[in-house]
Amino acid sequence: MKSLEELRAIKERVQNQVAMREDKTGALRVQVGMATCGIAAGARPVLNAFVEECTKRNLKNVIVTQTGCIGICQFEPVVEVVSADGEKVTYVKMTPEKAIRVVNDHLVNGNVVTEFTIGANS
Amino acid sequence: MRELSLHVMDIVQNSLSAGASLTEISVTEQGKQMAIAIIDNGRGMSQEQVKSVIDPFFTTRTTRKVGLGVPLFKMAAEQTGGSFSISSELGAGTRLTAVFQTTSVDMIPLGDINSTISLLIRCNPDRDFLFRRAKDGKEFTLDTRELRRVLGEGVALDAPEVMEWIDAYLAEQTETIFGGTI
Ligand SMILES: Nc1ncnc2c1ncn2[C@@H]1O[C@H](COP(=O)(O)OP(=O)(O)OP(=O)(O)O)[C@@H](O)[C@H]1O
Ligand SMILES: [Mg+2]
Repeated sequence: MKSLEELRAIKERVQNQVAMREDKTGALRVQVGMATCGIAAGARPVLNAFVEECTKRNLKNVIVTQTGCIGICQFEPVVEVVSADGEKVTYVKMTPEKAIRVVNDHLVNGNVVTEFTIGANS
Repeated sequence: MRELSLHVMDIVQNSLSAGASLTEISVTEQGKQMAIAIIDNGRGMSQEQVKSVIDPFFTTRTTRKVGLGVPLFKMAAEQTGGSFSISSELGAGTRLTAVFQTTSVDMIPLGDINSTISLLIRCNPDRDFLFRRAKDGKEFTLDTRELRRVLGEGVALDAPEVMEWIDAYLAEQTETIFGGTI
């Protein structure tokens, strides 16, 4: 059984890893719209795909977060990727499969997936 | 929505938008009833606002769109023959309770509530959550404040190793209260 003892052991182990609290300035923010319209359109599996893929690839400079209504309900699920300098890319009609593409192309390699952006879909 | 756990995500998003630092989520099954309660310490609402929230057509405003999250959750409960209540106080917080008759043909399954809880913790590392699940007298809780006390300053709640522990804990505890039947 998972116990708080085990969590304590995890703490001791992780704490000793070098440069533990990596600097998150300069991080990319991934914001998934989680209001009613987003959730009804499938935002939870999209958020989950971002979380899992970023964890799997051990991406340290990405913050995955949820936000309220982004205001373009007909395009849900909507995901915004915001860079440190405030530049924002809006991805629309997202799916878990598209999320994995965005992680690979945009978050890892720095190439915006133009075909999923709002500009290419409106 | 296809799962009540998606409604929970939706309702908790309201709590987060209201600036809640602590949100309690409880799912209590007793016989043929399931109660879902969400309690937050966010900015709360005036009595007039509360009224307008549960009836999307009752509004004196024309400037903002009506909300759907709370009315849909209320409807999901009432269509099973259950009940819904909401109370709120400005500056103190909000409490919603929905009771479902689980044997109703209109009952929506709870779905993957552990996924909702895990994502909430992972994606809002600056907020606290208290999750309680009970069934016919057995129960477990997950309190992020308690986890933080164990982890101290050095290790974040959303560290991959910690999230792995949280996911495994939720899965194990759920199995335990259901006697390994799910
Ligand atoms: N927990 C809460 N604390 C404070 N205010 C709340 C809370 N829940 C709801 N509200 C208020 O009630 C309004 C309606 O909520 P509701 O979830 O029904 O719709 P919404 O969040 O505005 O939009 P959506 O349809 O995307 O959910 C919110 O905009 C907010 O002002
Ligand atoms: Mg809402």
